[in-house]
Amino acid sequence: MIFIKILYSFLSVTLIGGALGIGLAIAAKILVVKKDERSATIEEILPGANCGACGYPGCSGYADGIVNDGAEITLCSPGGSEVRAKIAEIMGMEAGEAGEKMVAQVHCRGNRDTSTYTFNYRGLNDCNAMQAMYKGPKDCKYGCLAGDSCIKVCPVDAIGRDDKNRIWVNKELCISCEKCVDVCPTGVMQMIPYSADVIVACNSLDKGAKVKKYCSVGCIGCKICEKKSPEGGFVVENFLATINYDMKGQRSEAMKACPAKCIISSETAERTLEEVKEMNKVDG
Amino acid sequence: MSYIGIIITFVFINNFILTQFLGLCPFIGVSKNVESATGMGMAVTFVMALASISTWVIYNYILIPLNIEFLQTITFILVIAALVQFVELVIQKISPALYKALGIFLPLITTNCAVLGIALINVRNNYNALESFVAGIAAGLGFLLAILLMSTIRVKLDSEWVPKPFRGIPIAFVTGGLMAMAFMAFDNALLNNLLG
Repeated sequence: MIFIKILYSFLSVTLIGGALGIGLAIAAKILVVKKDERSATIEEILPGANCGACGYPGCSGYADGIVNDGAEITLCSPGGSEVRAKIAEIMGMEAGEAGEKMVAQVHCRGNRDTSTYTFNYRGLNDCNAMQAMYKGPKDCKYGCLAGDSCIKVCPVDAIGRDDKNRIWVNKELCISCEKCVDVCPTGVMQMIPYSADVIVACNSLDKGAKVKKYCSVGCIGCKICEKKSPEGGFVVENFLATINYDMKGQRSEAMKACPAKCIISSETAERTLEEVKEMNKVDG
Repeated sequence: MSYIGIIITFVFINNFILTQFLGLCPFIGVSKNVESATGMGMAVTFVMALASISTWVIYNYILIPLNIEFLQTITFILVIAALVQFVELVIQKISPALYKALGIFLPLITTNCAVLGIALINVRNNYNALESFVAGIAAGLGFLLAILLMSTIRVKLDSEWVPKPFRGIPIAFVTGGLMAMAFMAFDNALLNNLLG
């Protein structure tokens, strides 16, 4: 009797398992879904950073999007023109002209030495948390709060802090994913062209007299830059100078003449960041 | 037992996650945001309903006639795993939209203990085919309820300060424990009061 039971057990499990296995194998053959080979090839070409700058969930999502949903091939900003050309080849399209590579930069140099503070902030080290508390500890409500939000969100560690507690973006490492721009509560993180030689390191829309009171490196809207570098694309609006980077004229005169010294070379930014990285290494 | 009784039992009184502690892996792993938690809950409900009905057939038409009920665990695992794979293939072929919504979660639950649990509990309770099916759906809905509540709490927790050793999974387990205590309020007295 016991032998029959063993036999039944053995047979039933074997048969059920075998039948299910064969059934699955047949089902897989019948129900096969043809996957477009091009999406796999495109996925290999893409940088693989999975940064999400294209708006798709990761690089494989974007590859599928190009092949199946007809997504634009220009959306991958980390890949740049090289990747775009290769994808165009696979999809049989023209590569097309996309604009210059854009990089993020912090448009503020205010720190404890240069700016006045309303109160001491001892909360969570996060810019949005600071912003929620009386719009941050600085008297200037437009400037960089120097929390860690952009540094944490950056997928390629292109953002660092120097010894004077100022935040810089390394434009060589920046992949233009704009995550820092999205996370920044004050809008002081802005995108500029990679070739930009100078930036206006101020974001304050307050009147000149008010800016002067709370920050020694803030733009007071004096319009000297407009006069000194008429071809440089400087525009002063709402007491703040901005640069139209489509104008390619010289900007060095304006940089020298700026009374607040808030028009700075973007090269300075880079060097400082490298020094910072060195210092961080020593400190561990 | 009436069908309403079965539904109340499996959604609230014997909630799979918060009372029976089955299926904790997806409960902790996929509850980081509401969207994927909903997807997972739906997929589990779907698989549980199918698993209940198919294991009932296997149990009553193969295992009982051959008098080998002791093989229920291993046969159920076989059947459920194959079934889920098959369903995945079918969905992929028939409805790419549904596949996108459920697809990534289906392989995760092929051998989920909650799915096996509902099959075994159905057998233990001597449910008939329809009762098994209803129990499967109700258990899935209970899972959906628990994981949905958990995900909304965890989204809120993300912006709160949490002591460093508790960040991430530990605080999720503590939260889950507190939720389980809340669910202790549902017991058979509720059922007796409701249905007499």
